[in-house]
Amino acid sequence: MSDMTNPDEVVTHARVRLLDLPSSAGKMALITIDNDRDHTRPTTFGPGGMASLDAALDQVAIGVTGKPFIFAVGADLSAIGSVTDREIISQFGQMGHNVFRRLGEMDVPTFAFVNGAAMGGGTELALHCDYRTMSWGAAAMSLPEVFLGLIPGWGGAWLLPNLIGPANALEVIIANPMQQNKQLKPKDALRLGVVDALFESADFLEQSIRWAADVVNASIVVPRPEPDRESWETIVGIARTMLDDRIHGATPAPYRALDLVSAARTTSRDEGFTAEDEALADLVMGDDLRASLYSFDLVQKRAKKPVGVPDKSLARPVTKVGVVGAGLMASQLALLFAKRLQVPVVMTDLDAERVGKGLEFVRADLAGQVTKGRLSQDKANRLSALVTGSTDKAAFSDADFVIEAVFENLAVKKQVFAEVEAIVSDTCILATNTSSLSVTDMAADLAHPERVVGFHFFNPVALMPLLEIARAEQTDDATVATAFSVGKSLKKSCVLVKDAPAFVVNRLLTRYMGEVIKAVDEGTDIAVADRSVDPLGLPMSPFNLMRLVGPAVAFHVSETMHAAYPERFHVSENMRNIVAAGKTAIWMKQDDGTYIVDPEIAAMLVQGDSPLTEEQVRTRAADALADEARRMLDEGVVAEAQDIDLCMLLGAGWPFWLGGITPYLDRSGAAERAAGRRFLAPGVASVPQ
Amino acid sequence: MTASVRPGGLLPSLGAVVARTAAEVVYVDGVRTPFGRAGSAFAETRADDLVVRVFREVLRRNPGLPPGRIDDVAVAATTQMGDQGMTIGRSAALLAGIPNSVPGYSVDRMCAGAMTAVTTLSSAIMAGAYDVALAGGVENMSRHPMGEGMDPNPRFLAERIVDVDALIMGNTAENLHDRFPQLTKDRADAFALGSQQKTAHAYAEGWIQPDLVPVATRSAELGWGMLSADEAPRPATTLEGLGALKTPFRAHGRVTAGNSSGLNDGATAALLASEAVANELGLQKKMRMVGFAFAGVEPEVMGVGPVPSTEKALARAGMTIADIDLFEINEAFAVQVLAFLDHFGIDDDDSRVNPMGGAIAVGHPLASSGIRLMTYLARDFERNPSARYGITTMCIGLGMGGTVIWENVNYAGSKA
Repeated sequence: MSDMTNPDEVVTHARVRLLDLPSSAGKMALITIDNDRDHTRPTTFGPGGMASLDAALDQVAIGVTGKPFIFAVGADLSAIGSVTDREIISQFGQMGHNVFRRLGEMDVPTFAFVNGAAMGGGTELALHCDYRTMSWGAAAMSLPEVFLGLIPGWGGAWLLPNLIGPANALEVIIANPMQQNKQLKPKDALRLGVVDALFESADFLEQSIRWAADVVNASIVVPRPEPDRESWETIVGIARTMLDDRIHGATPAPYRALDLVSAARTTSRDEGFTAEDEALADLVMGDDLRASLYSFDLVQKRAKKPVGVPDKSLARPVTKVGVVGAGLMASQLALLFAKRLQVPVVMTDLDAERVGKGLEFVRADLAGQVTKGRLSQDKANRLSALVTGSTDKAAFSDADFVIEAVFENLAVKKQVFAEVEAIVSDTCILATNTSSLSVTDMAADLAHPERVVGFHFFNPVALMPLLEIARAEQTDDATVATAFSVGKSLKKSCVLVKDAPAFVVNRLLTRYMGEVIKAVDEGTDIAVADRSVDPLGLPMSPFNLMRLVGPAVAFHVSETMHAAYPERFHVSENMRNIVAAGKTAIWMKQDDGTYIVDPEIAAMLVQGDSPLTEEQVRTRAADALADEARRMLDEGVVAEAQDIDLCMLLGAGWPFWLGGITPYLDRSGAAERAAGRRFLAPGVASVPQ
Repeated sequence: MTASVRPGGLLPSLGAVVARTAAEVVYVDGVRTPFGRAGSAFAETRADDLVVRVFREVLRRNPGLPPGRIDDVAVAATTQMGDQGMTIGRSAALLAGIPNSVPGYSVDRMCAGAMTAVTTLSSAIMAGAYDVALAGGVENMSRHPMGEGMDPNPRFLAERIVDVDALIMGNTAENLHDRFPQLTKDRADAFALGSQQKTAHAYAEGWIQPDLVPVATRSAELGWGMLSADEAPRPATTLEGLGALKTPFRAHGRVTAGNSSGLNDGATAALLASEAVANELGLQKKMRMVGFAFAGVEPEVMGVGPVPSTEKALARAGMTIADIDLFEINEAFAVQVLAFLDHFGIDDDDSRVNPMGGAIAVGHPLASSGIRLMTYLARDFERNPSARYGITTMCIGLGMGGTVIWENVNYAGSKA
């Protein structure tokens, strides 16, 4: 590709109309940015769009607004993944600066009327204007670049801190993007000073233009307090410490953004914009960004169109759901099914007390949501009435979908399915939430094994977006199609996996944890082992993950996996002892807030005499992940490496910059070292060579 | 205050039937969108959005009224489909952010829709059922051409219940020329020219603009724009130009695009209140309702409708035409205005008639126009404190007329 010209660009047009401001304030040129699609294809800027806006700016007084529901959502990134020439990216950044900055450097006042969603370059376009109004109805505003591995490169990193000060700017530029890409609501944008005034959507543009007339007439004066430049570096320093604690330097984008905000304290506009161009080009030419774009594509597209799924026309309607069990997991499932499918859900358990407890969980959760204003009382009443309990599985007789969430024991689960099968219709789906048992074995003795499917949620069920749907040996297409249809209705991202021990996420996590624990068993200091994967920037360290899962559960899974693959999955005697001692965490918080290894654990630890360095542990862990991932592909656990990555992104919360995991394994050399070859061709989730 | 302050009273027999005093109704305020030419500024703007704009502006202009005090909302549209359907009085109120405790409904009396919304709501105020009401009218003829979805019963023609011309408004206007041969095309064209000139003058004087609500106009092709003045007026109109226009309804006919109102898009809104509540809330009062009437005529000469409706309204109020100082008559067609003026012995160019021009110039978005007339009359009264009474009147499809008599709240004693 020789320049940024993109034959597939959905060109955004900047349309200018001259209009009379109220109160005889004069004429305004109002620019509408619109790509001639409806709001489901939001407005983006590519080279064609920039040229159109550039031409539109050859005017006098300027207002800029968007098509219905959308202001603009930033750069058209569709072509970036294939850019091989740094110079092209520099030019792309410069082009945006050169056009957008005209709005901030006019002799006449310029206004952005943010009528709808504004993200990235769209927000930057607004920031270049002298004044900004925003509709109460606008869905969101953000600078999500850091979330994607970029920096606000069309002026945002310099303009925003100079407008609202470094603390507020860092919230928008770094903190929000790193918090699941949190968006600003209009009231947040006003509070932070990103916009100057909010108007209701019913007559947003009219009131904005009236307000603009008052600004032009100077009957409204918008305060522009100079940010405090004394405390600037202190604030940046605090942010840097928080960032280090969180991601340990794992990926460059947030640090480059931080550097730009820091420099904005003293740099001129020209210097600031040039620094953005440099940072943007550096990041675009780095593998972290390419992996992030790959990740973004997976969660945006592949997660919505799962691969290898039978035609949805085969799916059967689900009008009543049964949940076997009324424990915590079962209660969460009952709540989710009732909420999303809005059909009757019945929970069963061994005695009335357990059933009552499960129902109480559901009622309390609904009541809490009513209190928080997230649910109306009427809706809560409806959902509450949908969820019932029984000690008799006969309540399942007219259910179309029964899921079990009982104790993780094959014999128990087989018994449950046998009992349910005696009651339900021949086509009722029997789903299991097992995390590591064989679904095929579970179905083996049933009259209709073809209706059994694995339906593996992640905890907490309401929040975690991933659902692994496991196809057992005899599962038929209609059952898989129904499971995916139900999963979609539950608003989960579903990935089809083969019925193999621990499916995808838990298998990889268990293998990786096994390597870290083995290093400790061999003599590595716990602190060294726990820090070993810091440079990946995972959401938590290995032993913090163990605390979240619970050492007992983690150990149980390691044993199960060891039984399946004894040569690869490590069972630690130290872990056995820790679990036996009833310990729930390795790390113990001290009075001064720092952590030490629980002294009792330290005392019981039996270690070898071959300590490893952090780097050695990390290499082992990465190699183990590469080995396991390759085996999973060879076994056909999932269709492609992309599915493994999607699972790790959504099920383990592993970061975009790792691409899930296989792009990291490729670029770190682990893939070739441990599995003999890459997972993805160069360029798919890395800079093409 | 009782009805007895005016000649004849409101409903003379009411006191004898029930022990109830009719409340006075005041016209608090009225606004409208600029009227667009069909197919132009508002072609991509929903009718309910137009109503939302005028509702919000009339409430913004009257901050003393807590919106929750509105007892009912009535909105008129002739074609009640799509964005003009769905009980637009309710849906537009919700879209405008009026509290959902305030109910709403829709009204249809074709061109007199908004007028009927006003009279119906006022009736409820008079009866003591309501304190405050919000009336509106809208027609986006770009999106809803006249007669859209119309399905006349075949008996109309088969049994000659109406003449074949009755459903084509231009034909009814030609019929009026036939009935009153003295109403020549030259007189119609001269009246039309006057409407354009009076409109241009009113704009130049700034009489019209204060009640216009500028509306952002969506155009996928051109981007957002803003309509802050009526699109339809043609201030450069000349008699020669009018004379050269085609007569589309009849070969060698008399009715032209120049001496008729056009096809337009727009919305109007008016706040009404009992006088006592207006006083309590400190609301402005622009006019006081004296009375109203609707009347029917042969559908094929619907333009003459204002004659019997005005006579009826005057009679019920115990008034005569001589009591009326100002006339706001809808100019659906010049000939229909002239028929009214001839009947009452008023000159074609009488300065009391449509002093700010009329629909021939600014346009006639069917169901919205009734309130446009009232808003004009309120401004006429403001400029003429010596004028005490005025009427708003209009002809209505299928052979009807409507008339509302108003009193100038700022009446400052007898005419000089």
